[in-house]
Amino acid sequence: MEQNYTKEHATKELLTKNRSILYRSFGDRLFSYSVFGLGITVILCTVLMALVLYGDGAEAIKKFGFFGFLTGRVWDPGITMEFGAYPFILGTLITSLAALAISFIPAISVAIFTAEYSPRWLSSIIDNLVNLIAAVPSVIIGLWGIFIFAPWMRDTFYTHIYMWFLDHYPTMLPIVGNPIGYGMTTAILILAMMIIPYTTVITVDAVKKVPKEQREAAYALGATKWEVIRMAVLPYARGGILAGVMLSFGRAIGETMAVAMLIGNRNNLPFSILGPASTMPSVIVNEFREAVENIHLSSIIAVGFYLFIISLIVNLIAAYIQRKFSLTGARTI
Amino acid sequence: MKSLKKRYLRDNLMKVFLVGNTIVVLTPLIIILLYVFIQGIGAINIDLFTQELGSPSRAMTGRPTGLVHTIIGTFVVDILALIIAVPFGLGAGIMLSEYPDNKLNPIMRVMNDTLNGMPAVLKGLLAWALVVKPMGSFSGLSGGVALAFVMLPIIARSTESSLMNIPWSIREAGLAIGLPRWRVIMSIVIPASKSGLATGLLIAFARAAGEAAPLMFTSFGNNYKSSTLIGWIMGPVDTLPQRLYSLAISPYAQWHQLGWAAGILLLSFVILSFIIVRIVIREKNY
Amino acid sequence: MKLVTKFIVLALMLTVLFGANLQAQRRVELLGAGASFPAPLMTAMADEYRDITNRRVTINYQSIGSGGGIRQFSEQTIMFGMTEAFLSDEVMRNIERNTGGKAFNLPITLADVVVTYNIPNIEKGLIFDGPLLADIFLGKITRWNDRRISALNPGVRLPRLPLQVVHRSDGSGTTNLWTSYLSKVSKEWETNVGFATSVNWPTGVGANGNEGVAGIVASTPGAIGYNSFSYALLNDMSYGYLKNSSDNIIPPSFDATSAAANIELPEDTRILFTDTPNPIGYPAAGFAWMLCYENMEQNNSINSKQQAEELIRFIIWAINEGQQLSEQLGYAKLPTAAVERSNAMIRQMKWRGEPIGRNILDNE
Repeated sequence: MEQNYTKEHATKELLTKNRSILYRSFGDRLFSYSVFGLGITVILCTVLMALVLYGDGAEAIKKFGFFGFLTGRVWDPGITMEFGAYPFILGTLITSLAALAISFIPAISVAIFTAEYSPRWLSSIIDNLVNLIAAVPSVIIGLWGIFIFAPWMRDTFYTHIYMWFLDHYPTMLPIVGNPIGYGMTTAILILAMMIIPYTTVITVDAVKKVPKEQREAAYALGATKWEVIRMAVLPYARGGILAGVMLSFGRAIGETMAVAMLIGNRNNLPFSILGPASTMPSVIVNEFREAVENIHLSSIIAVGFYLFIISLIVNLIAAYIQRKFSLTGARTI
Repeated sequence: MKSLKKRYLRDNLMKVFLVGNTIVVLTPLIIILLYVFIQGIGAINIDLFTQELGSPSRAMTGRPTGLVHTIIGTFVVDILALIIAVPFGLGAGIMLSEYPDNKLNPIMRVMNDTLNGMPAVLKGLLAWALVVKPMGSFSGLSGGVALAFVMLPIIARSTESSLMNIPWSIREAGLAIGLPRWRVIMSIVIPASKSGLATGLLIAFARAAGEAAPLMFTSFGNNYKSSTLIGWIMGPVDTLPQRLYSLAISPYAQWHQLGWAAGILLLSFVILSFIIVRIVIREKNY
Repeated sequence: MKLVTKFIVLALMLTVLFGANLQAQRRVELLGAGASFPAPLMTAMADEYRDITNRRVTINYQSIGSGGGIRQFSEQTIMFGMTEAFLSDEVMRNIERNTGGKAFNLPITLADVVVTYNIPNIEKGLIFDGPLLADIFLGKITRWNDRRISALNPGVRLPRLPLQVVHRSDGSGTTNLWTSYLSKVSKEWETNVGFATSVNWPTGVGANGNEGVAGIVASTPGAIGYNSFSYALLNDMSYGYLKNSSDNIIPPSFDATSAAANIELPEDTRILFTDTPNPIGYPAAGFAWMLCYENMEQNNSINSKQQAEELIRFIIWAINEGQQLSEQLGYAKLPTAAVERSNAMIRQMKWRGEPIGRNILDNE
């Protein structure tokens, strides 16, 4: 198929042998239908996922009610067989929002630095590094977290913080939580580390898209470099930055393995700062293979259904922002 | 207006702030990579590529263990996924780029982005419900289906953007000499963008190769090579990310070592495909 | 399109290349999954059995927790399940209704749960009693130098470390055994938490699998968890001694575990003997069972009579010769009474009505 189709070639071919039905409008119709048929599966997959999750989670959703399950605070596969997704939704939102808050300024800083300040060779190194980190599988981050990061954080910070509170404000201990190393704070920090590359990549894209004229006009007014960035570049790129933040938020919500390995897996409230917690994806991975009762399994899938809804909302918002500011690319990483 | 001095001071402060932030962000990221390599290098030996895992007591008594079945399994599952995902992904990409008037396209782009953003664990649940449950057994095939859901939106996206890079004038030239549209697409547009397409497939492949969550309840895991050929597809299969997870949460120091080894294998693969992709992209200058 | 073909060819080549050892017609792969407690024993048995049969029979055992073992067994995605919590009457009834035959709980080995902890400079041998443990796991005791712990351990200098409870986050027979012990020794535990393969824990960190708990305990100073004895032994963890119902301090041992099991067994072996009345018995011990169907053809994942027969041969080997592996891995051997009960159940196993269990037992 690689030979070059010169005009002569093609015309000759057309006039002589290839007068088959495929070369009339039938061929085009056949092709377009098959392409559509294949392509449409993308839509089908998403719809199917919603249907399957709802179908298999229906038992739990029916039993506890759509909002009852959403707000149920108890997850008890032992005695009462009562299930509610609230602890996991809370855990997911806290960890992702906190990770987002922590990672926002550093990520933007890296993006501005690479796009505006650093020499080209350094930019390309940082750019490659950030893209590479974005591609590192989350189990590997989890592996590092379990063996290196969590024990180090425990020995360096958590234990001392805990002991300090024990000596000075013992009443605060339930809020501080057990300094076991595997818990909310560790998970948040790891999540922040993991989403920084996503935010950065998209922000760099957006900053680079700002037209030169915009900058030059600001320079012409006598602005310093930072003033140019603050007044001419950032406002122009805010759509892209916002989309990047939304996408990173979506990543953080769905991040599974690293969180499941580090968050400590506590299924009931209240959560504490250092202590263990749970998120929606982590409870699915942890309990899915192990649920005995039907209602337990159905509840786990129902958690998946709510996760689907949250992801859908976040992604639709991100898609809307992206379209509005007509940004492309950067999503394939 | 503030004084010039203050403005310059501020400018410099921001510069320092940005540089500082960049260093703070990049250091842990580099540390992660270095750690995996340092820890992993020591765990690499020939047994890793020739022996099966077996029981933990095998590792603890110093008998040879390795991950040969895991390495093979990873390729089997990932290639299955690629075979499943490629036709659909290409179809979607062609639909988006070659038939821009299609009314479904905007919805499809949004859906594609949404599917891409969906947590992989949900894709595993879907594959479990669609394949494992009806088939009645965990299998490499179901793992392939789960990973195909991961690959599909990536392939669709990259196909679209690499086909878009071919100027319309080329298509018009083809149409002008009387070729039907399908022939223009298949014989002119696709060959012209083949390195872009291959890059997209590689990105999808690398991304899916690192997913553990969807494989936990589809390809399940295995301590040995499948004893039959068909067993690789129809029976439970080990894969690197999922084995890495179970090695990491095991209590055996020897298995932790194997975990680091699995980590370095996985990471090398990701880095390798990353470098290839970067080189292709730079040459093509997308 | 060429690309696709290339990939297909590549895929085929890979499979052919690696699957080349293809005189595989007679080879059998048996898939089992479940409890993580017997996993080291089961996988070691699998290794051994594979050598004995010249790689003809491979047993793939994945440790996914007892809850998973029961679930996947009833979903029929595995050929046999393993669990430390026997099937409930309801599950037994469901299975009887669906398959027209019983589900068997075959004791494979004995489980004993020990308290594991990690306190710098303190070795194994801290003494605990039931009510104290219940209060620790209820979250009422938060520091190691608590008066009640030192009262039981005079002469031991306990540090002022925060006490961190680690428990299983997955459905687990070890949890079932442990919580059933706690329920028997503490009224409060029984009414508030109860016992099951996974419960609503009042405090602590959840970890996945026996491995996970051991992993966190081993790496966290001040942690206390519960593990099967073999995990504690294999990983050189510190474990505690328990005061049993006769107020004797019992260090976990094979003899003490077997002594606890030395009671009248019902025919289907479904019995819990935690807090055993036996004065020299270890109070937190129980069976680990293998789950099988009476009508083996009813199990969707068993595709041929050959597989069913190989599975039965493996079970027979595991409860007889296979027990040799037990003690070096930290498991107590099955008492002969339990083996007899298992044999009686194997005799009833059928393939499409053909008594293959009896045939194998009598002829081989």
